[in-house]
Amino acid sequence: MAPKDERPDTPERFTVSRRAFLKTTGISSLAATVVGVADADAQTPGARAVGPGEVPVQLLVNGKRLDLKIEPRVTLLDAIRTRADMTGNKRVCDRGTCGACTMIVDGRTVYSCSTLAIEVQGKQIRTVEGLTRGATLHPMQQAFCDADGLMCGFCTPGFIMASVALFEKHPQATVEQVKKGLDGNICRCGTFTRILEANMKVRGVARA
Amino acid sequence: MKAFAYVNPANEKEAVGALGPSGPQGPSSDVRDRVMLIAGGQDLLARMKDYIAQPDRLVNVKNALDATITATPDGGLKIGAAVKIADLADHARAAALYPALVHAAGGVGTPQIRNQGTVGGNIHQRPRCWYFRNEEFVCLKKGGNRCFAPAGENQFHAIFGNGPSHIVHPSSLAVPAVAYGAKFRLVGPNGERIVDAGEYFTMPTMQNVRGENVLAADELFTHLILPAPGNVKHGHYEVRYKASHDWPIVFATVILAMNGNTIQSARVVMGAVAPIPWRAVAAEKALAGKPIDAATAAAAADAALDGAKPMSRNGYKVQVAKTAVKRAILQAGGIKTA
Repeated sequence: MAPKDERPDTPERFTVSRRAFLKTTGISSLAATVVGVADADAQTPGARAVGPGEVPVQLLVNGKRLDLKIEPRVTLLDAIRTRADMTGNKRVCDRGTCGACTMIVDGRTVYSCSTLAIEVQGKQIRTVEGLTRGATLHPMQQAFCDADGLMCGFCTPGFIMASVALFEKHPQATVEQVKKGLDGNICRCGTFTRILEANMKVRGVARA
Repeated sequence: MKAFAYVNPANEKEAVGALGPSGPQGPSSDVRDRVMLIAGGQDLLARMKDYIAQPDRLVNVKNALDATITATPDGGLKIGAAVKIADLADHARAAALYPALVHAAGGVGTPQIRNQGTVGGNIHQRPRCWYFRNEEFVCLKKGGNRCFAPAGENQFHAIFGNGPSHIVHPSSLAVPAVAYGAKFRLVGPNGERIVDAGEYFTMPTMQNVRGENVLAADELFTHLILPAPGNVKHGHYEVRYKASHDWPIVFATVILAMNGNTIQSARVVMGAVAPIPWRAVAAEKALAGKPIDAATAAAAADAALDGAKPMSRNGYKVQVAKTAVKRAILQAGGIKTA
């Protein structure tokens, strides 16, 4: 982890001169890497660098605004799990190869482990927490329960989000389309046939 | 991953500026390591988490680069570097003109990767070699003094090129791009330049082994420009272990310019066999003047693999590549294959 930076995130902070910067930090090893970046900034009017310390990031998650202070390197998944305390979507491979972290951003599925939180500001982010209405499950969640579409359950939130996104785009998808549409998610327990069954149960069912 | 400063330029000029200072000789290779571009991030973030890439600064190019597919005056298409792979895969006009390219786009990664990943990013993803991707192996591409493939686990490595690095080029889109005779538009501090896709990718030498193409550290790739295809038949065949989540073991794009039922000229390009999209000129010659049939396809496939030099564990790729070329030719001719 980088040393925590307590200074306010004002525009002045990021256009600080090399001299002033050295004066205020006094940590030569840190300065050695960051000064190079500050030098480059001098030549790039219009495009301002933020970070590497914490910066304000505003996310719109399940229709609610989240005001966070996070480093640019924080992924969407980690921001939501560790800063917003919504732990529904899971961190499994953390390399965009399993699908457990799948969220819906502006209507499209993404691997939230492979998305920087700072890059999805202003977009509509949906997580598995946003699917229920009060105590009523989303029809896709209910179908997973009814079809027994889970074993250990760790891949389930990602599968549900991928299934919901596919259902919203293709409410009458065929078995082949569902297989193709969900092939970015993996269930290590291997309950793929039940997940397919849950998806086919929901086809044509309008949300109440 | 290491902490980094983040820049979000709004246009090409700002993005080029954000890549860092340009000296008289241009930026040093050191700048390439310290300042990196992020588009979809599907390759880069994984490399950063594994400390294969440790930039001090990330420049987001998603807002600076074109994310549209537009028609060109000569009847071709101009594809912005920031176009999502999913949007290329779903593009009706692109599918009508360049079915091999669209076929390749639809097979990239997974739905989530295609939703995030961009055309520019696919072409510029780094090699998928497991030695390159492992922090513990300081290979030629990471400033080390050897390629670990010849004496190691080389079942997915190159069968052409003879080193010194034995990677296979990882891009699915680069191969049809070369086959269709695409041009790439690049911009840098001194303006734009246009490079033929066939000249863009570089075979490794000890001097340039760390990169895979001619893009300079202070340049941006902005567009993939496809000429009007003309009267051609298209074939694209991928051999895979898995239907998704993976790269093809070997694949081939074949574009046949027809004169009636006779092949006038051909482009045959193979993927995952060499450090660059591998154009098989011998196969192209073998196809010229012939009809599309099984005998022609088999002879061209043999010619395509002439000169292949497999290593200890990838000899099987020679036969698999022959099959990919043969089936791509037959597919172009509308002849049903297995």
